[in-house]
Amino acid sequence: MPNRKNSFIDAMSESLVQSMQKDKNVVILGEGVTDVKGIFNSTNAALKKFGHQRVIETPVSENALTGIQLGMSLLGKKPILMHARVDFSLLGFDQLINNASKWHYMFGGEMNVPMVIRLIIGRGWGQGPQHSQSLESVFSHFPGLKIVVPSTAKDCKGLMAASIFDKNPVVFIEHRWLHYYSSNFSKKFYKIDLNNSIDIKKRGKDLTILSSSIMLIESLKAAKILKKYDIDIEVLDLRVLRPLKLDKLYSSLKKTKKFIFVDNGWKTFGIGSEIFANILEKNIFLKNIPKRLACKDYPTPSSPHLNKGYYVTIKDICNEVCKCLSVKKNIKSKILNECEHIMSKVPHDLPDLNFKGPF
Amino acid sequence: MKINKLEKLKNLHELTRIRIIEEEIAKEYKNQEMRCPVHLSIGQEAVPVGVSRVLTKKDYIVSTHRCHAHYIAKGGSIDALIGELYGKESGTCKGIGGSMHMYDKKVNHIASVPIVGGSIPIGVGIGYAIKINKSKQVSVIYFGDAATEEGVFFESLHFAALKKLPIIFVCEDNKYSVYTSRYERHGKRDIKKLIKSMDVKFIETKENDVEDIYKKSLIAKKHAILNGPVCIYSKTYRYLEHCGPNNDDNLEYRPKKEIEYWLKKDPIELEIKKLKKIKIFNDEEYLTFCNSIRRKFISSIIKTKNTKSLSIKKLENLEYAK
Ligand SMILES: Cc1ncc(C[n+]2csc(CCOP(=O)(O)OP(=O)(O)O)c2C)c(N)n1
Ligand SMILES: [Mg+2]
Repeated sequence: MPNRKNSFIDAMSESLVQSMQKDKNVVILGEGVTDVKGIFNSTNAALKKFGHQRVIETPVSENALTGIQLGMSLLGKKPILMHARVDFSLLGFDQLINNASKWHYMFGGEMNVPMVIRLIIGRGWGQGPQHSQSLESVFSHFPGLKIVVPSTAKDCKGLMAASIFDKNPVVFIEHRWLHYYSSNFSKKFYKIDLNNSIDIKKRGKDLTILSSSIMLIESLKAAKILKKYDIDIEVLDLRVLRPLKLDKLYSSLKKTKKFIFVDNGWKTFGIGSEIFANILEKNIFLKNIPKRLACKDYPTPSSPHLNKGYYVTIKDICNEVCKCLSVKKNIKSKILNECEHIMSKVPHDLPDLNFKGPF
Repeated sequence: MKINKLEKLKNLHELTRIRIIEEEIAKEYKNQEMRCPVHLSIGQEAVPVGVSRVLTKKDYIVSTHRCHAHYIAKGGSIDALIGELYGKESGTCKGIGGSMHMYDKKVNHIASVPIVGGSIPIGVGIGYAIKINKSKQVSVIYFGDAATEEGVFFESLHFAALKKLPIIFVCEDNKYSVYTSRYERHGKRDIKKLIKSMDVKFIETKENDVEDIYKKSLIAKKHAILNGPVCIYSKTYRYLEHCGPNNDDNLEYRPKKEIEYWLKKDPIELEIKKLKKIKIFNDEEYLTFCNSIRRKFISSIIKTKNTKSLSIKKLENLEYAK
């Protein structure tokens, strides 16, 4: 595990502890939340402080637990259910979709369901078809759910707190590779408004990139390289997918008139599709043909020989930007060389050189 | 029922073969070329060996993330197993699945999948098809103790019992789900009671005793074909970490005494002791056998490293069956 200060996991851990301190109704549930590894070291501090009464080990029963969590929330508890992989939460889909998402609505707005499901997207080291799916767009389809996808430690802390104290079911999806990044954040308790979907992570004038989670981080890296060549990208972080508020995107597009969307998951029926539809409906004029960069439209193969090129890279992003902006050939090849150089430092299937497997 | 000398030796050899292959995988894994999570079966060999001895290639099995031993015991190809770990085209799933996805139609190892409980209903469906086909096969469903916590486990047992399907459920209870002990997940309740209450015949075996498991599997198979579902329940223990090549006893999530207890019940040691008693164990022969397995493994590794991986073009063509 990364051992940096102010890491994503530090932020998560602090947010959980401070929220639990604020409200004794906040409890954590899940398989592994009390074990020695504490969901990638994110629940150990909460366990130490609040004990097994409030950090609750569970059997491997995702379906029931989602309903149990709902039931608890009806009596005022604020349960956070954790799964070490997004893929495992699919067993709880019936309870989440048929019940939790519509509970408030279908009983006439009388009942609230304040619950959080924390999910982790896997990637690399052969995680393969059933341990690395990015299913944000699936979750985002359902009215009544809020979908949160942080990209930085600072956002993680504030968004998690806001999710816990929201009156609705929130699906909080973090990418495993974000655990290897840090950013400064306040030691005090704070929330980030879930109605403020987009955060401007970098201002620029030449082209707008919208992305979230780990791909937002990759987009920022690409923007940093491009900046050296006087290409000025605006990078927007879509850190809440539902409720979807795109005002900041529209303002940005009115300025740059050029757009690329970088997705964490599959392209077809993905987040990008929804964004593009909104832009069309707003009749926003663009000077480039907008482009979606996404994973290959098939499940992730396990083999490192097969998944090279499966995910979008900084090189793909820079290449697309160069195309959109008709960057001169010699500059473009310099940029792409630089990308390759950076990418060659860490094997494509590792988040960090310190990662040695197996999970 | 009596087991003859040749069969006894065969049992020992199968246990040993799996142990050596898994140990060699653990060693090789450290070279960072097998780039996928591995859940090794070291310590748990007796169940798949005992069960597989009563199966023919035509009987079906499905299993879990911890699937290497199931696959090897069913007669799966070592080259294909290694191929999958290295992500090569020669692998059981051409490198697409990784270590947790064994598949081999030559021996009817239908599938291993790593979503806990995920393969249980599939095995029931196979049992149903066998019944409709009136073929004299069985469907064997391997699962760990944690899978009994999933709803789909009960739904599957219920259906199998209702339709009296030719199924052998095999529960390998190694007492842990990752780092969490069965007590924390089940309290003092017994898996035995759950299964019996579903009207599935329950057969518990002696711990890590391959002969006992073999004998009881014979009974189970007969019962499955004539009367319907059976569950073989077998307590066992894994020696290494849940996932990966190392021993993780330093984390102290398993009591020292418990570890010692199980090390004394090592399935291979148990078998060697028995064979020595009846004087059919020969040190030298055994050593030769072990060495030959190791040699085969090493040559398989060398071969695999030199084989190609699936072409991206072929991979991209796999979304739909054509
Ligand atoms: C539906 C689902 N939930 C959680 C997991 C994470 N997980 C992987 S293996 C495992 C433990 C399974 O324990 P058991 O079934 O006893 O098998 P063992 O690993 O002990 O062989 C868990 C919880 C998963 N793979 N699938
Ligand atoms: Mg187990």
